[in-house]
Amino acid sequence: MPDLILLLTVLSVYEVFHEGGPAPDTPLRRAAALAIIQNPFAGRYVEDIQPFMEDLKPLGLQMAQRLVDTLGGPQNVQGYGKGTIVGEAGELEHGALWHAPGGYAMRQLLDNSNAIVPSTKKVGGVGARLDVPITHINASYVRSHFDAMEVGCNDTPRAGELVLVLVMSTGARIHNRAGGLDAADIKGEDGLR
Amino acid sequence: MSLNIRKIAVNVEETHIEAGRTISPPTRKAVAVAVISNPFAGTYTEDLTPLTDIGAELGGLLGQRCVDALGITPAQAESYGKSAMVGENGELEHAAAILHPKLGAPLRAAVEKGAALVPSSKKMGSPGQVLDVPLGHKDAAYVRSHFDGIEVSLNDAPRAGEIMVAVAVTDSGRPLPRVGGLTHEEAKGEDGLR
Repeated sequence: MPDLILLLTVLSVYEVFHEGGPAPDTPLRRAAALAIIQNPFAGRYVEDIQPFMEDLKPLGLQMAQRLVDTLGGPQNVQGYGKGTIVGEAGELEHGALWHAPGGYAMRQLLDNSNAIVPSTKKVGGVGARLDVPITHINASYVRSHFDAMEVGCNDTPRAGELVLVLVMSTGARIHNRAGGLDAADIKGEDGLR
Repeated sequence: MSLNIRKIAVNVEETHIEAGRTISPPTRKAVAVAVISNPFAGTYTEDLTPLTDIGAELGGLLGQRCVDALGITPAQAESYGKSAMVGENGELEHAAAILHPKLGAPLRAAVEKGAALVPSSKKMGSPGQVLDVPLGHKDAAYVRSHFDGIEVSLNDAPRAGEIMVAVAVTDSGRPLPRVGGLTHEEAKGEDGLR
């Protein structure tokens, strides 16, 4: 397997104070960590790509740790998501390599994270943006925490690059009032409710 | 304050060749998007119930458009997703009110069953901006071959007082899936997860 070659990292933090309604005591924060790496499979078809998932694990953990630190500790993290943008010399399937190392890195650092990590992926050109879905870390159906964060970087992904993304959020949407399952009412057993 | 649709667009993507390899039958994804008036643009309104009712209407309508565009029976649908982009005079919560309380049930009726959570995304945006609709297996969220997404954009929407609402449905997973995990064939589809 080729080595993992890291080219660039990006850390974005959004702090939302209000959106025209009553401002809550605590602003909502969303943070995204991007890692741009060389795609070891760019430009050709490789059948057996799964070993690269192992190579991605340490990077996943570093990115997850960086987000946790940015948000002030695991106790502050209530939502998460992940995604990938594949440069044009790659294949959509290369983006799928991020599912296990990206998702389990976050779940390893966060207590009570029984929910599946929501995700999306695409092939894109330089400057492509990606809407990374966000859900509650312990119960996917918590309605107040359904959210998303748009991420991207103006000079990437070049043709032979992969953009790997993790996002975390500290709470419900600002002014959440669409009802549904409340975070205070979850059982936290099945990852759903 | 009922549903006021300005425009509907439906896109179908068929992948015939991926990484130089023929995909037979081609994998197919459909996305249907409606551009609607935002009844609460420019105001802060506490009760968003009218938007949840609009969501119920759109779930059935857009889900059916996707199924029709793919030319499949509801049972042949394999994955789905939903998203909304709110024009600048609205509020992110307007997207939540459309997507989450009531959109799912009529969508599930359109694709049959649908034991899994409908994956979603939302954002504020402007005309021409791209919205990514996440995709996940409709009956078992952990089916790894079906984690995907599809872009949608319209050059003239959403205007400041509009909302773009998108529903995506596929009849297949990614082309050339080979990252392991739970497969479509192995999934039980009872608890929505596996």
